[in-house]
Amino acid sequence: MAGSRRDVTAPWARVEAHPALAPGRRARWSEETRFGWLALSPALLFFAVFVGFPVAYAFYLSFHEWNMMSPAPEWVGLENYATLLRDETFLRSLVQTTIFTAGITGCIVVFSLATALLLDQKLRQIRLYRTIYYLPAVTSVVAIGVVWLWIFDPQYGLINQALREVGIVGPRWLADPQLALLCLVVTAAWRNVGYFATIFLAGLQGIDLMYYEAARIDGADAWGCFRRITLPLLRPTVLFVVVMSVILSFQVFALVYVMTAGGPGGATSVVVFYLYQQAFTYFRMGYASAVGYVLFGIVFVLTLVQFRLFGKQQLEF
Amino acid sequence: MSRRPATLTLALHALLVGGGVLTLLPYVWMVSSSFKPSAEIYSAAVQLIPTRPIVDNYVVALTREPVGRAILNSLVMAGGETVLVVVTSVFTAYPFARLRFRGRDAVFLLVLGTMMIPTQVTMIPTFILMRWLGWIDTYQGLIVPRMMTPLGIFLIRQFLLTLPRELEEAARIDGCGRLRALVSVLVPHMGPAVATLAIFTFTASWNEFFWPLIVVQSSEMRTIQLLIAALKQTEAVEWGVVMAVVTLSVFPTVAVYLALQRYFQKGVVMSGLKG
Repeated sequence: MAGSRRDVTAPWARVEAHPALAPGRRARWSEETRFGWLALSPALLFFAVFVGFPVAYAFYLSFHEWNMMSPAPEWVGLENYATLLRDETFLRSLVQTTIFTAGITGCIVVFSLATALLLDQKLRQIRLYRTIYYLPAVTSVVAIGVVWLWIFDPQYGLINQALREVGIVGPRWLADPQLALLCLVVTAAWRNVGYFATIFLAGLQGIDLMYYEAARIDGADAWGCFRRITLPLLRPTVLFVVVMSVILSFQVFALVYVMTAGGPGGATSVVVFYLYQQAFTYFRMGYASAVGYVLFGIVFVLTLVQFRLFGKQQLEF
Repeated sequence: MSRRPATLTLALHALLVGGGVLTLLPYVWMVSSSFKPSAEIYSAAVQLIPTRPIVDNYVVALTREPVGRAILNSLVMAGGETVLVVVTSVFTAYPFARLRFRGRDAVFLLVLGTMMIPTQVTMIPTFILMRWLGWIDTYQGLIVPRMMTPLGIFLIRQFLLTLPRELEEAARIDGCGRLRALVSVLVPHMGPAVATLAIFTFTASWNEFFWPLIVVQSSEMRTIQLLIAALKQTEAVEWGVVMAVVTLSVFPTVAVYLALQRYFQKGVVMSGLKG
């Protein structure tokens, strides 16, 4: 998109050099400038109220204690953050969120890439497969969570029924503290593999076929082509998928809320679920805001990592 | 492309079918459970297709549970949000794509930057703001905080950049104002981008759980997603009824997806990778 790039980097000198703008007091406020700011003003107001204010107020609250009943937040300094570092439930949910994130991201990279490679083949009915594989991405997390909860049901669920047919007594899945987090990873993977496969597929289709033809002339086999051409050229897409997956998984909430509510015995409590409980079950608004800011910090660092890894060429818009 | 050996083609098909079965199985299980009598639901053996399909679960879902109202609430929320997001995105994207003025790029980066802020940070103050405005448990409380999205502005801006400037310049020379040039000249050309954004916003809003969970307090204002979560939390979960409600909730998005698939894939590519 060459045109867009020129637009973004348009030197302001050019605007000011325009003859119509040259002299006079109002030179800087041309009709175009005034119209531009006027058109942006609703958006600016919106983002000020629904992003700017909340970000600032959450920061303010994170140094206060407030249950929404008392007339005003009470200043406690860094106490909320200090408590967080000693709060075992919070630290445990942080560890569990990290395990969940690592598990799901690993699954996504392997299975989504494999799926995308399959979907990239010239086969009959390939459109049908693409349609089917993307289906979970348009289905709500709540619906998926409830359906999988039913599939994992220890007595009447599909999995344990099937295991019973072959004479195995299945485990208690989501009710088993050892397995519950794994079940969540499986469910989340089922939902997201097709979505990320579509992104990988777009990346694969962006690779010039010329490279493969040249390699084939040089006698490269399929594995060689994949390792030496596909993987290196797909690198930006892989990194993008990894970071997207990490950011999204770190904020996992609905799936946990519906499937386990953090149980059994806190085995699936994750950071956002913990935040939700602190804010809307115990009304510890200051403390919950501090949790929010720690999450923000983590997501921020991860996003910076993304920008670093992507380099300049991906920042072009 | 060189010809593929038949065995490889067969293997590829086998893998694709395997993945397809794995993807579709939960849907089959969901729909089949919704048509089963309880005797078949609570059985020890696998029964993928009900031997004697019944609609009782749907009757119970629609008469005893407030499914109709919940679907209406979801429609109002998702519909309102979609209309507002499309309108605000078009008007906000226009100056970013078409005008040159001091501070434009700084504001654009700032708007894009808000995408990095997790909703969980802004959620508590937004909730407090809603309470102060008296918007808890109302449609405006559900819709207004989400009526503008950086992604929408970005998508429309990218699309506007691909439209030739001559389009509106001709109208401008004829003395047409900027606003009219946008509405009557540019907007008619924006069909594909608007459709992509509308479908994406509608699906995301229909499936949204977190914000409604916080804003909604009464059972009348529950969206369909909130109703499902509530049904699942009852003491003795009636799986047949729950699966009927889930099937009803999944149906609209799946239908829209199957009908307008090309816009979805375009949207993934547009939002996932650089414009």
